[in-house]
Amino acid sequence: MTLSRQLADALFSKVLKYSRAEETEAMITANSYALTRFANNTIHQNVAEEDVNLSIRAVTGQRMARSSTNRLDDDSIRQACEAALALAALQPPDPELLPMPGPQTYRAVDRYDAETAGLSPKARAEMVRKVIARAEKDRLTTAGVFSTGSAASAVYNSRGLAAYHEESVSEFSVTMLGESSSGWAKKTGPQWQTLEIESLADRAARKAHESREPREIPPGKYTVILEPSAVMDLLGFFLLDFGGLAVHEQRSCLTGRVSQKVFGENIQIHDDVYHPSQSGLPFDGEGMPRQRVALVENGVVKNLVYARQTAHKMNAAPTGHGFALPNEYGEAPFNLVVEGSHHSEDDLIRSTPRGLLVTRFWYIREVDPYTKILTGMTRDGTFWVEDGKIKHGIRNMRFNQSLIEMLNQVEMMSQPQRAAGEESIEMVVPAMKIRDFNFSSLTKF
Amino acid sequence: MARGATYADVRVMDIRQRYLSTKNGQPGQVRESRSLGLGVRVIAEGGWGFASTQDLSKASLDAAAARAVEIARATALCKKRDVTLAPEIKVADHWISPCRIDPFTVPVSACLDLLLKVDAEVRKVKGITLAEAAMDFRWIDQLFLSSEGSDIRQTKTQTGAGFVATSFAGNEIQRRSYPNSFGGQYQNRGYELVEDLDMPAHATEIAEQAAELHRCDQCPAGVKDVILGSSQLGLQIHESVGHPIELDRVLGDEANFAGMSFLTLDKLRTLRYASDIVNVVADATANHGPGLGTFAYDDEGVAAQCVPIIQNGLFVGYLTSRESASAIGLARSGGAMRAEGWNRIPIIRMTNVSLLPGKGKLDDLIAGTDDGIYMETNRSWSIDDRRYNFQFGTEIGWEIKHGRKVRMVKNPSYGGITTEFWNSCDGVCGPEEWVLWGTPNCGKGQPMQTMGTGHGASPARFRQVQVGVAYQSN
Repeated sequence: MTLSRQLADALFSKVLKYSRAEETEAMITANSYALTRFANNTIHQNVAEEDVNLSIRAVTGQRMARSSTNRLDDDSIRQACEAALALAALQPPDPELLPMPGPQTYRAVDRYDAETAGLSPKARAEMVRKVIARAEKDRLTTAGVFSTGSAASAVYNSRGLAAYHEESVSEFSVTMLGESSSGWAKKTGPQWQTLEIESLADRAARKAHESREPREIPPGKYTVILEPSAVMDLLGFFLLDFGGLAVHEQRSCLTGRVSQKVFGENIQIHDDVYHPSQSGLPFDGEGMPRQRVALVENGVVKNLVYARQTAHKMNAAPTGHGFALPNEYGEAPFNLVVEGSHHSEDDLIRSTPRGLLVTRFWYIREVDPYTKILTGMTRDGTFWVEDGKIKHGIRNMRFNQSLIEMLNQVEMMSQPQRAAGEESIEMVVPAMKIRDFNFSSLTKF
Repeated sequence: MARGATYADVRVMDIRQRYLSTKNGQPGQVRESRSLGLGVRVIAEGGWGFASTQDLSKASLDAAAARAVEIARATALCKKRDVTLAPEIKVADHWISPCRIDPFTVPVSACLDLLLKVDAEVRKVKGITLAEAAMDFRWIDQLFLSSEGSDIRQTKTQTGAGFVATSFAGNEIQRRSYPNSFGGQYQNRGYELVEDLDMPAHATEIAEQAAELHRCDQCPAGVKDVILGSSQLGLQIHESVGHPIELDRVLGDEANFAGMSFLTLDKLRTLRYASDIVNVVADATANHGPGLGTFAYDDEGVAAQCVPIIQNGLFVGYLTSRESASAIGLARSGGAMRAEGWNRIPIIRMTNVSLLPGKGKLDDLIAGTDDGIYMETNRSWSIDDRRYNFQFGTEIGWEIKHGRKVRMVKNPSYGGITTEFWNSCDGVCGPEEWVLWGTPNCGKGQPMQTMGTGHGASPARFRQVQVGVAYQSN
C-alpha cells in the first residue's frame, strides 16, 4: 500500500478527531517492498510486502507515551489514541519534556523513481537470470538479493507541523563462490538502473577468481587498504557516539573528547542528508528539519548532533537528528559523508609495498565502548598486496582494532563514493589505506 | 490454488507488544503496538512465491494471493528443479503457551514503579552514571492454514525484563547487566517471570560490581582454563552450535548474507564436535521449558520435536525445514521453520538449542581449576561466516588460582575455533544450575528477521583456551 500525501493528511485528521491529549503527534510510515533472493544459481526466496503503520504520541501533564497500529479503520485509530493517552497518564511527570514543535520548513529532496517503486518480479528475475548465467560461465556459484520498492514517512502534530517524504529503494548484493574462495559486491540507491548489476556481478566474480586457493599469513599488524564497504561498516559503530545525549550521559566514546583532536589531521566527517549520493528523510522523528553538521574537521571533534530535548538540556541548537519520542538514545547522524582525496582505489594499491586489500568485514562488534576497540572478520575477498600489485588471496582473519587509533593511521584515501555493507547504513566514504591495522587470529578458510 | 498454485499456506498473525523502560529516574520508553496482517506462501510452476498485506479486506487478500502466484511464476524463470517438500500430516489444533499472570493485565503504573525502584537502588551506588531498566511483553496470536488441510492456531505470551548499571570514570565505561545482557531474561511466560527475577534484590550488587570494575586489574592474557557462566554459555551455544546446524546455511541458501557452515553434509554422524560429556538438543517441545523457541507447531505446520544435535560429542543432527529435509533425503522435517511476523516467510531458525546438564556445581568446577578465569554476562560476540573462529567478551570475570576465585578482573575475553573449543570441555554443571535463557535478538534472512531463541545451559569448563585476545596489541 502506498501512502500518498493526501492519505497521510486524511489519517492525521482522524487522529486529531479522536485524540483527547493536550498535544498529539502522528508518525505514519508505509512500505511497499519486494525482494528476490537467489542462491546455488537459482531463485529460492521471492517475497513482497505491503504495510502502513500509524504511530501516535500523546502528551498530557508533562507526560508522554506512544501507541502504534497498522489497522486504519476509525475504531482502531480511536483505540490507539486512547491507548497512548492512557499510557501517558500512568507515568510520573517529566519536568524537562518540551512542547511539540510548530510548523517547519523543509528542503526538498527528490528520491523517488516510479519504475523502481513498481518493478515487477519478472523484471527482477530476468536480471537475476543474467547474473546466474555470468556465474555459470565461470563455473561459479552465485547468491544474492535484488530488491525494489518504496517507503513513505510522514510526521504531523497538533501544533501544525506537517512533514512528508516518499522515496524509492533498491538493492543488489551478489556473492560469487568458487571452490576455495568467494567475491562480493553490493550497491543500493533510489534508482535500480544505477545499481549496474552486471558490473557488480563481474566484480564479485573477479574477486572470487583472484582470491582462489588463499594462502595463510600470520596474524599481526599490517598496512591495509579497506574498500569503501569495509570502511563504512566500521564507521557505523561511531554513529551513536556523535549523539549529544550519549555524551551527556557519558556513554559515548567522545565523552571528554569534544573540541579535541581525536583523529588524524586528514579526517573530515560531516552528516549531510542532502548530499547527492545520500538517501533518507530530510526530517527527524519529531519532524525537525535535518541540518548539515560538520562532525570532524582536521581530526577535531567539532560538533555533535542534537534532538530538541537534548539541545535544550545541553544549551545547543537542535540539528534535526532525533529519534521518534519517547526513546532512550536521543539522536544520531545517519547520513555520514567522509571526505577523501583525488586518488583512485588502484592508486592506493599501487602505492603499497606490502599490505592487505579487504573487500568487506563481517560480524563486527564493539569490544570496548570508550577506546572503541572493534572485532570482526574479513570476508569474501581478502588479498595480499606486494610491490603495488594484488598477488594472491589470503585466508580470512579476525581483527581487534581501536577505531580511534585507526583514524589516526590513515595514510591515503580515494575519492568518496556511496557505499553499502551489511553491518551499518549506507554512507559516502572513500577507500582508506591504513598502517598497523591489528589482526589477531586466523580462521580455516 | 485456482490461480495455478500446487501448494499454499496462509499465516494470519496478530501481535501486541508493550515496552516499558526507565532511565536515571524517569520513564524512558512507554509504548504499545499492534500489528495484524496476513502472509500467503505458494508453490506455482515449481517455484516459491510469497506476498503479505496488512489490509484484510477480501479484495486485498485476493490481490495478495494473485501476487504470490505471480512471484512464484517469476521464481520459476530461474529454477533448476521443482521445490519438493518432505511429507507432513495435516493437523487441526489450538495451543496456548502457559502464562500464569497475563502481563497486559498488570497496571503500567505498577510496572513503572518497580522499574523506578530498581533504578533508584542502582543509582544509590557511588560511581554509577547511568541506570536503565526495562520490561517487554508480547502476545502473539497466529492462525496457520495450508492447502494440505492443516488448521493450527497458536497463542503465545512472552515476557522479558532486566536492568543495566553503567559507570563512566577516567577513560573507561564499565557496565553490568542483570540477569543477562540484551535486555535481561526472556521466556514464553507471563509477568511471573518478572516476579521470579526479583530485580530490586539484585540492584545493589550489580551496580557495585559495575563501579568496582574500574578498580580491577585487566583480565590477564594467555592460555588458561575458562569457566563460563550459564548465560554466556547460552550465547556460545547460539553462535557456535545453533547457527552452524541450520541446514539452509549448510546448503548455501544464506551464502550472500548470514553465511554458510563448516558442518557440511559429510560431517553428519562422523564429526567429533565436542568432548564425550557434551550433549546438545534442539528441543521446541513444552517439555524442555518455556523458552523463546518453544511452540507446538512450526510455521510450516510441523509438530514441535526434540532433535538430537550432539550426542556424547558426536554431531548427529541439523535444524531442518520440509524443503531442506527433502533435499538431503530425510523422511520428515525437524520443525524449525519460523517467521518473525505475518510479513515474513518462515526460514530455518533455532528453537531451544540447549546443552543438557551434567553433574556437580560451579564451586566444584572452580575447585578443580588451577589457573583459569570465570567469565559472566556477554559484552561482545563475533564469529566468522562459517562459524569456526569466534571471540567473546564478557562484562566481568574472576581469576581462579589453585581452585579459588582470587580476584575480580575487567574486560575479559576469549577466542578459539569452534570444534577445538567444544572438544576441550571437561565439566558441565548439573540441573540445579541449568537455566533456559532467551535470546530475543537473533537476526537472519533478507529482508532481515529478528527471532527469539532459547538456550539452556549450566556453567561449564573449557581447558586451555586463549584468553585476553581482544585487548592484545591495542
